[in-house]
Amino acid sequence: MRRLFAALLLAWTASAATADEMRLAVTTSFHNSGLSDILLPEIAADLNLEVHLLVVGTGQAIRLGQAGDVDAILVHSRAAEEAFVAEGYGLHRREIMYNDFVLIGPAEDPAGIAEVADAAQALTRIASSGQPFVSRGDDSGTHQRELALWALADIDVEAADPSWYRAAGAGMGATLNTAAGMQAYALSDRASWLNFANKAGLAMLFHGDPALFNQYAYVPVNPEKHPHVNAAAARALEAWLVSDKAQDLIGGYAIGGETLFVPNATADGTPKDG
Amino acid sequence: MVEIWQGLQSAFWLIATLDADLVEITLRSLQVTLTAVLIACALGMPLGTFLAIQRFRYRRPVIAVLNALMGLPPVVVGLIVYLFLSRSGPFGALNLLFTPTAMIIAQIIIVTPLVASIAHQAVRELWSDYHDLLLSLNATKRQRMLTLLFDARRALLTAALAGFGRAIGEVGAVMIVGGNIDHVSRILTTAIALETSKGNFALALGLGFILIGLAIAVNVAIHALSRTERESIW
Repeated sequence: MRRLFAALLLAWTASAATADEMRLAVTTSFHNSGLSDILLPEIAADLNLEVHLLVVGTGQAIRLGQAGDVDAILVHSRAAEEAFVAEGYGLHRREIMYNDFVLIGPAEDPAGIAEVADAAQALTRIASSGQPFVSRGDDSGTHQRELALWALADIDVEAADPSWYRAAGAGMGATLNTAAGMQAYALSDRASWLNFANKAGLAMLFHGDPALFNQYAYVPVNPEKHPHVNAAAARALEAWLVSDKAQDLIGGYAIGGETLFVPNATADGTPKDG
Repeated sequence: MVEIWQGLQSAFWLIATLDADLVEITLRSLQVTLTAVLIACALGMPLGTFLAIQRFRYRRPVIAVLNALMGLPPVVVGLIVYLFLSRSGPFGALNLLFTPTAMIIAQIIIVTPLVASIAHQAVRELWSDYHDLLLSLNATKRQRMLTLLFDARRALLTAALAGFGRAIGEVGAVMIVGGNIDHVSRILTTAIALETSKGNFALALGLGFILIGLAIAVNVAIHALSRTERESIW
C-alpha cells in the first residue's frame, strides 16, 4: 500500500515537473488555418513545452502582451508590432512566415474585380459598384491592412455609406459568415479562406498583388517590463519556430494541395526584405 | 436548414463515440457552472432573505439595484474581471487569468443578483404569511431567516436552476476571462463560438444540442433528487 502511494506520488510529481507552460496570443487567421494543430504537438514533443493559445485579433493580442498576460505574441501587423517593441513591451520582432490576403466575393462577381490589375483598382470597383463589402472593423491585422488598401485606392471608408460598407466588428470567421450571408465582398487571409467551411456562393476573386503580402512575426514579451513572463520558454519557442524543422512543417502545410504559408525566417533574425 | 439535421447527426456521433474532447469540455462546463451556482446560492439566498425581512433606510433602492443587476451584460462583467485579474491589474499576482477559476468568478458575479432577486421575491411572500407567527413565537432574527429559507426551499430551488440556466449558456464573460484555451479553459459555449467562427455550423450545432441536453439532464436530475411534484402539498 505504501509502495503504491509512493509510486503515485512519484508519478504525480513527475507529471507536474515535465510540462513547462507558456501562453501565446495568436491571430485568428493563424489558428483558423489549422496550422497550429500541426505545430503544437511537435512543440510539445520537441521542447516539452505546452503552448496555451489565446486566439484573438492582432489588436487584442498586443493589448494582452502590454498587460503581461501572455509570454509572447504571433501576429501580422508590422506597424503595430514595431510600436509594441519600441514602447518596450516586446523584446524584438522575429519574422516567421508569410502568406497573402485575398479578395473574396460572390462567385458571379457583380463588381467585376477578377480582371483588374491591382488591389486598389479592385477596391475602387467595389466602391463604385455599390456592392456590399464586409470589413473586419476590429483593429486586427487584417483590418489594418484593409484600411491601408482603401487609403491606397484613395477611398475614405470612414465616411462611406453603410449601405455598402459594413463593419462587422468581428473575427475573420464571423466576418466571412457575414459576407456569405449577404453575398458581399471581403478581404481575408488566404489560409482562413481555404479552411473556411461555410463558403456558400462565395469565391476567391482577386489575389497576387504584392500589396496583399502578409508577414507574420513573433514577438516575445519583454521580461524587464513583466518579470513574471516565462522568458526561457518564449526564447525556446522562437528558436524552434525558426529552426529548419519548423520552417519545413510550415512550408509543407497544405489544404487541398494548396500551400498556405511560406516560411521566411532568417538565422540572425533580420528581415529578408531589409 | 440542412445544417440542423447535420448538427443532430454530429451530436449523436460525438455522444455515441464518447469523444474525448467532448467529455473534457462538457465536464469542465459542468464544473465551472455548478461551482459558480453553488457559491452564488450561498451568497444570494441569505442576501435575498435578509432583504425580505430586514427594514433599513436604503432597502428599496438596494432591491431595485439588485433586480436591475439581473440584466448585467456578461461581456462587461468579463471585461471588468479581466482588468482585475490581468497581470497589470490589482490581483494580477494571483495568476488566475485564463483559468477555470477566473471563469467561476465571472459567473458568480453574473448569477448572484439573479439568485438573490428570486430568493427575495419568494421569501417576501412567505414572510407576509409567517410574520405574525414568527413574531409571536419570539423567534430570533437568525431563526426567522432559517425558517423562511427552509420553507421557501422549492422557490429557492427555482432560483438556483434559473442561475444555472443563465450560467451554463453564457459565453461572453467566460470567453474573455477564460481565453478559450484548448485543454485548459475551453467549455461547451466557447467551443460553439469557435466552431461557428470557423464556419463549422454542423459541429457547432451538435455541441449546442449537447449543451441543451445537458441543461435538461441537470434540471431533471435535481427535480428527481428533491422529489418535487410528488409530495402532497408541493
